[in-house]
Parts: sequence; structure tokens; C-alpha cells
Amino acid sequence: MATVSLEQVNKVYPNGFHAVHDLSLDIADGEFMVLVGPSGCGKTTALRMVAGLEDISSGTLKIGTRTVNDVTPKDRDIAMVFQNYALYPHMTVAENIGFALKLRKMPKTDIEARVKETAEILGLTEWLNRKPGQLSGGQRQRVAMGRAIVREPSVFLMDEPLSNLDAKLRVQMRAEVSRIQRRINVSTIYVTHDQIEAMTMGDRVAVMRAGLLQQCDNPQVLYDHPDNLFVAAFIGSPAMNLYEASVTEGAAAVRVGSQQIDLPASVTTAHSGLAAFAGKRIVLGLRPEHLPASGDARPGPTLTGDVDLVEALGSELMVHFTIDAKRVQAEGAHDPDAEDVAAAGEGVARVDPRAPVKAGERFTFAIDADGMQFFDPETGLAIW
Amino acid sequence: MRTRKRTGWRRIVNGVNIAGLISVLFIALPLYWMTIGSFETPANLASSPPQWFPVPGTTANYSTAFSQYHFWIFFRNSLIVTIIATALVLALGTLAGYALGRTPMRGKFSLLVVLLMISVFPEIAIIAPLYLLMREIGWLNSYQALILPYTAFNLPFAIWILRNYFLGIPKEMEETGRIDGAGPLRTMWSIVLPQALPGLFTAGIFCFTACWTEFLMALTFNAQTNFQTIPVGIATFGTQDITPFPTIFAASVVAVIPIGILVFIFRKFVISGLTSGAVKG
Repeated sequence: MATVSLEQVNKVYPNGFHAVHDLSLDIADGEFMVLVGPSGCGKTTALRMVAGLEDISSGTLKIGTRTVNDVTPKDRDIAMVFQNYALYPHMTVAENIGFALKLRKMPKTDIEARVKETAEILGLTEWLNRKPGQLSGGQRQRVAMGRAIVREPSVFLMDEPLSNLDAKLRVQMRAEVSRIQRRINVSTIYVTHDQIEAMTMGDRVAVMRAGLLQQCDNPQVLYDHPDNLFVAAFIGSPAMNLYEASVTEGAAAVRVGSQQIDLPASVTTAHSGLAAFAGKRIVLGLRPEHLPASGDARPGPTLTGDVDLVEALGSELMVHFTIDAKRVQAEGAHDPDAEDVAAAGEGVARVDPRAPVKAGERFTFAIDADGMQFFDPETGLAIW
Repeated sequence: MRTRKRTGWRRIVNGVNIAGLISVLFIALPLYWMTIGSFETPANLASSPPQWFPVPGTTANYSTAFSQYHFWIFFRNSLIVTIIATALVLALGTLAGYALGRTPMRGKFSLLVVLLMISVFPEIAIIAPLYLLMREIGWLNSYQALILPYTAFNLPFAIWILRNYFLGIPKEMEETGRIDGAGPLRTMWSIVLPQALPGLFTAGIFCFTACWTEFLMALTFNAQTNFQTIPVGIATFGTQDITPFPTIFAASVVAVIPIGILVFIFRKFVISGLTSGAVKG
């Protein structure tokens, strides 16, 4: 087991493309760190630099206390699981898992014992003599995990290991990978473009965009206190509703389209930076669950919109609505794989299933004021 | 679109199947004629109407080919030349194909085009200069006089086949190997080559067949019986007055056998090798 630390790590390709900018990250012993971001954000490049499959252009990479910038992959004491599993098709499951041990010239009986033990952890015992071609996607994925586990490395690297699986299996394997990681307690860097995977699996999540680290914190902090527009838009499903708004003189309210939302004292105190934006434009962020239900009976701020569509999910209603303010899109934050929930209307609210919401009518949502987020439209940074 | 389900005999007797059957007959008939001819007496072979079965049959043609016409010398020479050339082609083709498929290299595409051009270059255009060269370095009537040009002529095609095969192997497998601690040679031997076996067999069989049946260079460079290969050897059977067709047929049957065995053993690999790269698996 070991810590991993990246200090000001850069990757510039020979063609001049700057894939990773000044990335600094510290992964604690046994921690599950997820790198997440849209495709092309540099997360896989960063992982490959840790693995030693890509050279580091500048900066320092340490595993444990050792600087490993120029250490070959095999001497870094890491194991990596690839997106396509990269199992050797001509070897059996047992041979696949034991290959690294064989290269270390470990005695045959020891290899057998280790392979058997690993197979038991992963539930692969009865498949040990099969070839990868005879296994299902989930089983292959487990073999790939087994090949990494058996070496007892100090760091695990996983590059979108679940993205080749179908949706149901992905959810199942998500839990399984987390369980195995906790069981063997090895520092892990996990790359994914799926923010749900990142949120559910990571002890901490590092959000990247265009080679730059946006924010690195535990999932709940990312969700509740995103540092900037990109993180706000990227984390959460359905995504945060982001509207162009302006702060009134005195910073006691914000105007969204033709509506004025009075800010309770708790909000103006928490976001004292808003005072500096009095009379200026900002971006208002509201998560769907912060627009809970009918605001008619409730005191406090409200938002009224035209309901376009109501999706009943049983436990809640997803209400797609339109207001007369312009919706803000954070560039690159849109996940092409995610269901485009915002497409039906310009905003989404997550509402109690008993709420009397009907498509085609106007509806007034309460605003859970403490959940309101404000961003500077120029810099994209959160206003606190 | 109107579709009609074929039933009964119409399912078997249809245009596509008949076309297939005719093609197979077209290819197989000469082979059949050669095979039965090798068991006929000279008189029966020339009879009209032709005999479709060798009655009475004889194996004398085979013993004549070996005893009288030194067929075993030609067979041995062919084996030596073909096996060494094929082995060289595969060894060099694997290394070159891997390099061209995997490593970053300036001018890679032009190099591949040049290779393709060489592989379709007509042999006859360079046979005269090659002959002079061989005479100059004293290689006429030797095995290397054939092994070297055969290797050179078959290498480009083998490189192409193998390169396409290597391209189809996910890079991550080699990277996994690197992380697991396999050096470049170990990676090549334990990870890459086993997966490229169909490509190796395909390239190997094409090369083997090309060397085994090559005539022009074999005739030009090696005039001595001791170094002649099967195609040239068979062509020299007979004299001005008689052409011993049944004996020639018998020798030809023996000559076809190694290729038949090879293709039969590796047929699955060859077929998958020919179609690989067409569809990205």
C-alpha cells in the first residue's frame, strides 16, 4: 500500500497538444480516488502517466516516498485494469491471472495458491479453466480485476473498467468493485466519464476539464458546493438548472427573467460575496430537488414556470418546465451518454409524487433557498 | 420486397448452389484427371473416350518417378528451399510487420506502398539482372540462389498480412504486459505472437505455396539436377520423343500432397486470416 502524489504534472504531446496542465493530486493510503470529466479532459492521460505508459513532460510523480517519473511501469508496483479488459485470449482464466506472477518467476505452487485465492475473492473459481472468449462480460471484467489483485500492488489504476458492460451489470459491478477495493484496501485511481460512477464509488472525486483540475473533494462537497459552473453542471443527474439572473440593488433579491426571488437572510449571509454583484449579472443554480413542491402554501421564495412534461418515477415526479429566463450551458459539461432530461423543457424539478402538477399548466415551485448556488458569469466561479 | 420461402428440393437445387458446384468442378476436375491419370497405363490414358476410372490401375508410375527420374532429389531440394525461405519470411515479416504496425515511424505509409508495389512486381522483369548477379557472386546452382530471392519476393506480402494482424491486437494487451513486467521480446513471444497465429499461418501458407511452385527462377539459376526443385524437375521428365504423362502426373500428385496437408491442418486459421481486418472485431 502506498500514497500517490502528483505535483504540478504536465503532459505535452510532440504535436504541441497540452493534455494535462499542472495537475496536483494527493491520493491517501487506501483511498479510492476517481478522476472524472468529459472525454478528452486528460483524465486517462493522467492515469497513464501514473502507470508509466506515458512520459511526464514536467512535474513530479511519487508513489509512496519514491519519485517514479523515470521508473518503468513494471517497477512502479502498480496494477492496471483497462476498459477493454485486455485479457489474453489464448490463455485460460488461471493463466491470465497468474501471468504476472509467472513473469516474476514465482514457484508454480505459490502461483496456483495465489490464483485460487484471488478467484475465490472474485467468485471465479469454477471458470479458472475457461478461456476469456467463453466468459460473459461481467466475468471477463472480474478476470481483469483478478489479474490486478493477484499481484498485490501498492496502487490500482482503473481506466473506465465498467463502460463496456450493459447498464444493469454496470450497477452491479460498481458495487462489487467498491467492495473489493475496500476489502483489499489498496490506493486506487479510477477514471470514468460517468459522474454517477464517480459519485457512488469515490472517497474523493477529482473533476477535470480540458486538462485542468476543476475541483477535488468528497462527492457530497462537490454536489453541495461546486467551485465553478462546470462542476455544478457536470455533477448531478438530472443536472443543475442554471439560469442567467441579476442581483438587485442591495443584494436582497435576484431577478430571473420576469420573476424576482427574494433571498432570505440565511442565503445572503452564506453568500456574502453576492453584495459585490449588486446590480450585476450572475448565474443562478438550482438543483431539481431544491424546487420541491407547490409553493402556494409555503412561505419563502418561489419560482413559477410553464410545465411541459411530467415524468412519474413512482417515488417522485420529474417536472420539466420553462421560465422566461435564459438557461446557461456549461461548455463541455454535457455527458453524451446521460439521458437528456433537460431536452423536454428548460428546467427540471424533482417533486413529491402527490403534488398536483399537470403538463400544460403553470405551476409555482417552492425554492429550497439554502440549496441556491450563485456563479460569476465571467469567471464561472462560485460566489460565496 | 417479395420473398418466397423455398421448400423441398428447391432448397437444395438453386442458382447459388449450382454456380458453386460448377466452380468447384471447374477447379477440381483437372486435379481429378491428374490423380486418376497417375494410376493409368500410358495406353489407357490416351484412350478415347477417356477413362473416368483407372481400370486396370497401376502404381508403376510412382515408382518410375522416384527411381528413374530422381524425383526424391527434386522433392528434397524443394523442401529445403521452401522451408528455409518460409521460415525467413515469417521471422523477418513478423519483426517488420510489428514495427510497421506499432511503432511511430516517419514515412511509414510510403514504405508500405513501396512494399505493396514490390509484391506485385513481375519476376520476369528482373530475372536477367538477377542471373548476372548470381553468376558474379558464384551462387548459381546453390540453395541460397533460390532461398534469397524467394524470401525477398514473398516478404512484402507477408509484412502486409502480419502488419494488419498486429494492428488488430489491442494495444492495451501489450501495455498490460509491460505493467506485468514482460520485456519487449517476452511481450512479443507470449502475448502478441499467439494472437497473431492465424496471420502467421496465412502468410506462411501463401509463402510456402509460392516457393513450392516457383518455376522461372528455379529454372534459370539452378541448372544442375542436384539443385533443381520439383517444378523444374518435372518439366525435365521425358525426352524429345516421349512425354511420360502418367509419370508426370504421379510426380505432380506427390508434389501437391504437402500443400494439401498444410492447408487441411491450418484451414481454419487461413480462412480467419484472410478475412481479418475486413471487419474490425
